Amino acid sequence: MMYGVPGMVAQRLLQLVPVMIVATFVVFSLVYMMPGDPAMMIAGDYATAERIAEIRHIYGFDRPMLVQYFFWLGNAVQGDLGHSLFSNESVLRLILSRLPHTVLLVLYALVLGAALGVPLGILAATRQGTTLDKVITSVASLGVAVPNFWLGIILVTLFSLGYRWFPATGAVSLFEKPLEALYYATLPAVALSTGVVAVLARQVRSALLEVLGSQYIRTLRAKGLGSGAILWKHGLRNVAATMLTIAGLQVNRLFSSAVIIEAVFAIPGVGNLISYSALNKDFPVVQGVALVLVLVVILTNLLVDVLNATFDPRVAAST
Amino acid sequence: MTDTNMTAMTQTAAAPSAKATLPPAVRFRFWAWLWGDKRALISLAYLSVLVLAAIFAPLIVPYAPNKQNLMDLLAPPSGAHWLGTDDLGRDTLSRLIYGSYNALYAASLAVGIGVAIGVPLGVFIGFVGGWVDQVGSRIIDGVLAFPPLVLAVAVTGALGIGLTNAMIAVGFAFAPVLARTMRAQTLVVKNALYVEAAVGFGASRLHLILRHILPNAIQPVIVEVTLMLAVALLAEAGLSFLSLGVQPPESSWGGMLARAYHYVEVAPEQMYAPGFAILFTALAFNTLGESIRVLLDPTIKRR
Repeated sequence: MMYGVPGMVAQRLLQLVPVMIVATFVVFSLVYMMPGDPAMMIAGDYATAERIAEIRHIYGFDRPMLVQYFFWLGNAVQGDLGHSLFSNESVLRLILSRLPHTVLLVLYALVLGAALGVPLGILAATRQGTTLDKVITSVASLGVAVPNFWLGIILVTLFSLGYRWFPATGAVSLFEKPLEALYYATLPAVALSTGVVAVLARQVRSALLEVLGSQYIRTLRAKGLGSGAILWKHGLRNVAATMLTIAGLQVNRLFSSAVIIEAVFAIPGVGNLISYSALNKDFPVVQGVALVLVLVVILTNLLVDVLNATFDPRVAAST
Repeated sequence: MTDTNMTAMTQTAAAPSAKATLPPAVRFRFWAWLWGDKRALISLAYLSVLVLAAIFAPLIVPYAPNKQNLMDLLAPPSGAHWLGTDDLGRDTLSRLIYGSYNALYAASLAVGIGVAIGVPLGVFIGFVGGWVDQVGSRIIDGVLAFPPLVLAVAVTGALGIGLTNAMIAVGFAFAPVLARTMRAQTLVVKNALYVEAAVGFGASRLHLILRHILPNAIQPVIVEVTLMLAVALLAEAGLSFLSLGVQPPESSWGGMLARAYHYVEVAPEQMYAPGFAILFTALAFNTLGESIRVLLDPTIKRR
């Protein structure tokens, strides 16, 4: 099928349908993982019989599971994710007010990770086998093993409590004071970015080594092309797709780690929201956050595919 | 880890048709490999010490882990308390040693659950193929789409907070990763000549899976499982930091960090020991995993 980029997007969207169905079903069935009667669990220890009956009705526990699922999905598609069991606030509104903090954090960490990881990978690949290469690969191993939230605590101790360069906790709205928001998000983003730095450095290194060792690069060398031109014009161009794909996959992990980083820095994002709600059994909120984040991840991966197809016509042609 | 590795190898050797010419001294080769790969040696030695510390914790700790000494709160390291005391006057070293038990238990539990669900699922859908594979693969993709810790937090919230539930949740997030690897491997192995030969001899499906496919497809999973132990360890620390995992007064490295963070301005030195414990253990699992990867795949150059 040769419909170019739009055709490829259409095909990918179609492939996403079953993935979406599974993901939404997992989110929906969370309520069923609760031991005992979910309505009683949600209502809490001191709920009256009427309250339990009411919750049973709100959730539709009195109907067959599949019927409930489609009912729930229908509401979710219309943006009705229910209400918080504690504040009675609309879950969607709650999430939308907090999502920008988390997205800013994740994007910031991604940019930092790329800005550091890609050059490190290039350095290691072009100086393969040297001490510098070994140092970079060792630092990369540390980067995946370090607990991000611990690094966050250390950064707070050093740069907020010690030098007082950065605020220790809190966040500022990106829409009201963009620069201040970035300033507040700097330490958490640094703490969050280590995994991206490490993974990008490793992958760029090995992908670049593979390209640089290939036949056509050898031909270019034989033709007398300088190593700088080879690296920038041919090497990196072929590694770009790898970088983009890896960066896309990292978004998933960044949202994971953000849950804990937000607790360390008291950032009112969705990560903090889901852990607080999970502790307090505020189930509609837990489900809502899980649903929104899985959608964000799925759409990010779609975006990466589209970008790859736009830059590399072979990708679009191969689907 | 090495145990599973060994079993896989002996099983292959025992199977009559598959790879009949394994070197006889497999066990000897293991020690030679370990001696030749210093990183693996150091990681394995460190992990062995950690396992021993976890098992014999009650015998080696200087103080009972929950014994409070209200006269000695947040004390700096000293001769009496090598790593100081926490905000309730409990000995940090003792809690660190007890925490190693929870850390290792948590990591093994999560990975064990991931293996128990993921490996059979992957082999099954890969072996049967057709629409079963189609449906199974879509389910795997759907669960894989979640940020793992977000899924773990949500599932823990549903099952109820606590270490075991939290690790079941993490294992649930691991399962599709292993299933995907296992499925891909099964697809490769099931078309191998020795499997066809076994089919020709009239081997049953169960015999095919257990004797031929599983032992030959499991290798990448062994690597993945070792690396996952590090991820599970970090997840346990994180979830306990959020108080979704290990519940007080039981000790865990993540929980210790949470308490230390509260008093970081008074006793900043309290946050180092648990953090380094997590870092070194995760590093050891990762290093060991990479070494096993190189061991199992001769085409990768040693770095």
